[in-house]
Amino acid sequence: MPAVRGDGMRGLAVFISDIRNCKSKEAEIKRINKELANIRSKFKGDKTLDGYQKKKYVCKLLFIFLLGHDIDFGHMEAVNLLSSNKYTEKQIGYLFISVLVDSTSDLMKLVIKSISNDLQSRNPIHVNLALQCIANIGSKDMADAFGNEIPKLLVSGDTMDTVKQSAALCLLRLYGGAGGEPTATPSGEWTSRIVHLLNDQHMGVVTAATSLIDALVKRSPEEYKGCVSLAVSRLSRIVTASYTDLQDYTYYFVPAPWLSVKLLRLLQNYPPPDDPGVRGRLNECLETILNKAQEPPKSKKVQHSNAKNAVLFEAISLIIHSDSEPNLLVRACNQLGSFLTHRETNLRYLALESMCLLATSEFSHDAVKKHQETVINALKTERDVSVRQRAVDLLYAMCDKSNAEEIVQEMLNYLELADYSIREEMVLKVAILAEKYASDYTWYVDVILNLIRIAGDYVSEEVWYRVIQIVVNREDVQGYAAKMVFEALQAPACHENMVKVGGYILGEFGNLIAGDARSSPQVQFRLLHSKFHLCSPMTRALLLSTYVKFINLFPEIKGEIITILKSDTNLRSAEAELQQRASEYLTLANTVSTDVLATVLEEMPAFPERESSILAKLKKKSWSNDAAGASGATKSETVSTKANHVSSERSMDMGASSGAKPQSSMSLLVDVLGGEIPNGMQGNLGGFSNASMSAHEENLKKLICKNNGVLFENDLIQVGIRAEYRQNLGRLGIFFGNKTISPLTQFSPTVSCPGILAAKLLVQAKSVESQVEAGAQIQQLINVECIDDFVEYPLLTVNFVHGGSQQRHELKLPVSINKFFQATDMNSDSFFGRWKNLSGPQQEAQHIFQSQFGTDDIDGVKTKLVGFGLALLEGIDPNPDNFVGAGIVHMRGQQIGCLLRLEPNKQANMYRLTIRSSKGSVSKQLLDLLHPQF
Amino acid sequence: MMQFMLLFSRQGKLRLQKWYVAYQDKMKKKVARELTTAILTRKPKMCSFLEWKDLKIVYKRYASLYFCCAVEEDDNELLTLEIIHRYVELLDKYFGSVCELDIIFNFEKAYFILDELLVGGEIQETSKKSVLKAIAAEDMLQEDGRPGSGTI
Repeated sequence: MPAVRGDGMRGLAVFISDIRNCKSKEAEIKRINKELANIRSKFKGDKTLDGYQKKKYVCKLLFIFLLGHDIDFGHMEAVNLLSSNKYTEKQIGYLFISVLVDSTSDLMKLVIKSISNDLQSRNPIHVNLALQCIANIGSKDMADAFGNEIPKLLVSGDTMDTVKQSAALCLLRLYGGAGGEPTATPSGEWTSRIVHLLNDQHMGVVTAATSLIDALVKRSPEEYKGCVSLAVSRLSRIVTASYTDLQDYTYYFVPAPWLSVKLLRLLQNYPPPDDPGVRGRLNECLETILNKAQEPPKSKKVQHSNAKNAVLFEAISLIIHSDSEPNLLVRACNQLGSFLTHRETNLRYLALESMCLLATSEFSHDAVKKHQETVINALKTERDVSVRQRAVDLLYAMCDKSNAEEIVQEMLNYLELADYSIREEMVLKVAILAEKYASDYTWYVDVILNLIRIAGDYVSEEVWYRVIQIVVNREDVQGYAAKMVFEALQAPACHENMVKVGGYILGEFGNLIAGDARSSPQVQFRLLHSKFHLCSPMTRALLLSTYVKFINLFPEIKGEIITILKSDTNLRSAEAELQQRASEYLTLANTVSTDVLATVLEEMPAFPERESSILAKLKKKSWSNDAAGASGATKSETVSTKANHVSSERSMDMGASSGAKPQSSMSLLVDVLGGEIPNGMQGNLGGFSNASMSAHEENLKKLICKNNGVLFENDLIQVGIRAEYRQNLGRLGIFFGNKTISPLTQFSPTVSCPGILAAKLLVQAKSVESQVEAGAQIQQLINVECIDDFVEYPLLTVNFVHGGSQQRHELKLPVSINKFFQATDMNSDSFFGRWKNLSGPQQEAQHIFQSQFGTDDIDGVKTKLVGFGLALLEGIDPNPDNFVGAGIVHMRGQQIGCLLRLEPNKQANMYRLTIRSSKGSVSKQLLDLLHPQF
Repeated sequence: MMQFMLLFSRQGKLRLQKWYVAYQDKMKKKVARELTTAILTRKPKMCSFLEWKDLKIVYKRYASLYFCCAVEEDDNELLTLEIIHRYVELLDKYFGSVCELDIIFNFEKAYFILDELLVGGEIQETSKKSVLKAIAAEDMLQEDGRPGSGTI
């Protein structure tokens, strides 16, 4: 057992040794339970324990807790220790409280009482102990109890330096960093006194104060603007200091690296200083830091280089943030360039990361491009995947028209070896770059087919949908695409995604290569069909559609195709979808009269480029007509023709034939056979059902500014919503209406919050009956609670079975951050006063845009703003055309005040929308939600 | 600011954990488990920074102990490494060539020293001398506070 320092507790040391000697987990638990029983009996026993014993037992409990066991007693004894007059007991008491006591506990009152006694102590060590405890717990109660006391400690001339340091950071914690309650921050007279701590003699005080000021600046940049020139002077004194000047605040020959970095970080809250003198001095500092990077190191220790480079990287961040000094930007880029080949992995990593930002500045984009070779090399040679990831990010950021082909090629090469963890992201990046910079679309097709070949598993639906859209829309690549997919499919093992793309493209454009005997119709068909059995039902369904297309394109292989359609694996497939398609296509090909067949197949569209939304509407209409006259086949002649066009269009939108083609043939079958519309077909392909989904997006947009309305609708189902919100809580009623004449069974709507949304929005959905009768409507209640600001929408997934086929719709619920608005009235003075206070670059979000609906409908705009949740403040803006509004967003732990200004420019038919709030992410999200409304 | 600091052994045993942001106990255990596994599988020459959720993880190994800090997007990675180093130096000075056992048996001291270096996840005092002075002053108080030494 090693020596125990100071006032060591022997009993504790023995206990820790015992635990360490335990041979098994069970033995350890047994020993711990024995100890817990012992401590419990001591605490409960009649004998009063002295301070030392209490301390020892509390310490043992703490140790047991840190081993990962739950502790449910001893809190009271720990609180007792706080008022001990022996420091050592007090200290253990505070440690226990900080680690183990829940800030909502009933004991908090007692704790606050003890803290407040210690804050009054004349002994600075006691004061510090109390401050540290406040900082560790940092609850609202603490803020209420000490929010006034601590600022006084901080700026008082009598306070010891060490206490000031703790007090500054304690306050920082009570203000809850950047997102806490704005009311608690000191203002007015405090502002200037706090800012002037930047001039304090004591470096430790300045360091702690800078952290605090940084947080305050994020709240109210205007109020704390005075810190800029002080921070620049302080920085200037440090960077020009020799390492001997600052004594113990020099760290491995680097003068005050922590303070330097904090000052540089603080300055990143503001644009470059307006005052030319201050600006000049700041630029000198930045230059000096860049110069120092060139000097030979004063020590070989890694601590020296880390501290020096920490300052350098922060200076470069500031240079990038200002984005106004081309000379500094290029120097920064060169410096980072030299790090790209540094032997320290950490520096290579950070240099790649920093360069990503430089690549986005117009001044340094070209300078970054000079390092392309090195970055590509990093991709090939770095042994650490996190560094390679950074290299991929940088290549993506530096890509433009001039180097796109090379960069995409290198990324493709790397993809073959890339770590699984980053493949999906890389695939997306390559696909985006290829589309963005393609001047020659044959190149684009090659790239995407390569992606599927190399990393098929990671190619998401969006990617392969997109390539089909592009091929369909560009006549010049169709023949090439057909040839390329045909070749790709000849590989002995090819990815299912390739089969999908291949199937689709050959179904559309196979005729373009059919002249070549090597890719004759029969060869194409047999090639595709050789993959059929290895594919999922989804892909098989797509291939069946391709086959029926082939009947049209290549009558000579009709016989062979019909045999396939007739085979048991299709016609009697366990998959309802396959069975249905096979039988319907078969009927289409065989049963109907030759005249009709010819007409139908002639009607198969060649995927023309059209305005899709109009057609989507037309499509919607035609279907509802059909639904209205369910059994009346008489008037469906025209309807079906329309549907046919539309559905082909639809498949162009989504780039997937599978949804559309069977449908178009379906609607014809309706005519011919006079049967009921096979709704299952449509619903089943819900994912592709673009018309109703795009209408859903449109509904969602409308529901941002109102609480009641239709969220989604297709032939089977209508989903409506009625919502009420109060503060950070909301209650939604979702109405599911069955539009058909048969019941929806296994009906199960579920609500989920994907990803990080789960932590920001609590959603609770009541369950509903599993069946919705024909024509009936049921309601589902959902409660939501906003915890923190969020961007994504919660998802409502509706699963049900209709007419034997499984349906699934994934809908976004219109729960957005503005729903938690409380409208706030204020007069002109207080509006513009607050407006000015919120002028920090991170607090404001602004967008200037062309109006979609014209700027004349003033009442319409007002309705939307009020519906958005704001109080419309009329007559307070000097310009009567402008709209201003105010509201408070309620979240569980905080409330964010938001101000809005919407300024129309009637001549140009444009708007400028500005939103300010104390939290940048809220401003931005509100802006993104609101501007598409006008 | 720093959100938390974890010290763990090569076997993945947690030796010290300090949370500057409120996490649920269950979450703490999960986070610690995830990070120890992620870091222990990394090779020595790899870089000391990891992206993890929206945080940056900075870690370094000293003898048998790993020191791991989670900092926020706008924190400086290199300087976080040096916070770790400064902490190690302080432990080293205090215990006299510190080893894992010192931290196990005197875990409360390790906490007290950390509290002098960092408060609320921000650096409070960067001067080694000042921190050691503060700790020494506390130890003095402890000696004073004890009436006689044979009270066990």
